[in-house]
Amino acid sequence: MIALLLRDIRLAMRAGGGFGLGLSFFLIVVVLVPFGVGPQSALLTVIAPGILWLGALLACLLSLDRILALDWEDGSLDLLATSPLPMEGIVSVKALAHWVTTGLPLVAAAPVLGLLLNLSEPGYKWLIISLFLGTPALSVIGTFGAALTVGLKRGGLLLSLLVLPLYVPTLIFGAEVARRGAEGLDATTPLLMLAGITCGTIALLPFASAAVLRVNLR
Amino acid sequence: MMLQVSDLTIARGGIPVLEGVRFTLAPGQALVVRGPNGIGKTTLLRTIAGLQPPVSGRIDVPPESLVYAGHADGIKATLSVNENLKFWAEVFGQKDYSKAIEVFNLGPLATRPAGALSAGQKRRLGLARLLVTGRAIWVLDEPTVSLDTDAVAMFAHAVRGHLATGGMALMATHIDLGLGEAQVLDVAAFKAKPLADNDFDGAFL
Repeated sequence: MIALLLRDIRLAMRAGGGFGLGLSFFLIVVVLVPFGVGPQSALLTVIAPGILWLGALLACLLSLDRILALDWEDGSLDLLATSPLPMEGIVSVKALAHWVTTGLPLVAAAPVLGLLLNLSEPGYKWLIISLFLGTPALSVIGTFGAALTVGLKRGGLLLSLLVLPLYVPTLIFGAEVARRGAEGLDATTPLLMLAGITCGTIALLPFASAAVLRVNLR
Repeated sequence: MMLQVSDLTIARGGIPVLEGVRFTLAPGQALVVRGPNGIGKTTLLRTIAGLQPPVSGRIDVPPESLVYAGHADGIKATLSVNENLKFWAEVFGQKDYSKAIEVFNLGPLATRPAGALSAGQKRRLGLARLLVTGRAIWVLDEPTVSLDTDAVAMFAHAVRGHLATGGMALMATHIDLGLGEAQVLDVAAFKAKPLADNDFDGAFL
């Protein structure tokens, strides 16, 4: 399991691994929004939490089809499926590797980009907390989508269509935590909901992903 | 430890391709699966490897004893030869992969990225993976594709060494490996009868 995690992280870091893909997309979105909105710092402060969450979500979405498709193309997935690792473990580790290489850098970059959007001062803490809690759910749900579309050529479009509706609850509660935090309100309720969604997906979705993957490998 | 297949019917895309397949593989034995293209050799091997369920029949194989090698080698282009082998060794709970490097003469290539290897060298790396798994039953689909004569001899030597230690090998191949002791199973004899075409409504339901 650890060998698989280390391999996936190493592959992401090497040339063509797509490590910087999500991060640079996030950067581009957040840098461009102030140009589009215009020089109104008060308005930017209002929309900052939502924009940052949306940017993080789309950046996550961008790299989803790499989670399993690359292993499927070169035959590794067949070999992993016949290895001693349980399929549920394989998809969980793949989701974890995706989070480490995509979600975690987004969490780290978000405060810097919050500065560009004139995020209000109490908002930083809540933005980091909400992204830290919410992005694992994005990776786990994304792995499920990747497992559904693994055998398809150019499955990226279908993957986005399948995954986006599943991302909506995470986005709503994640952005709500960041917004309430930024306005100095109590963010406990949406935070609990967000944590619940993340825990629920981590606990249940690997079983669904593994089942779907077994069918797709036939 | 034995691989026993009895009365096996396998399907591809819902259509039965082979039926009544039966054979037994005991330690030290090799079985070569022959048959024309499209007859279902790959489907048979994938079913035995557990990647797809059989339609009917039994496959008796001790748990955790089988390793499958398909058409694709499962090699990561940006990892070096060493890293690729080390990864598979760790997945199968093994540590030592030096023997695999030696048997398939990968020593001079060990630090090269696998993406820089030729097709035949990649195949050698893919076959070297079998040795690091420590599994007894090798299920191989066209193992000799893109190998030159020397590499085929290397592979035959590896198979012979594996059989000598009580291993088993089941492979689909068209070329003669010079394994005199290997039995041959021609699966053309098990070709499934075409489905009776009376399911007219089925296409519309």
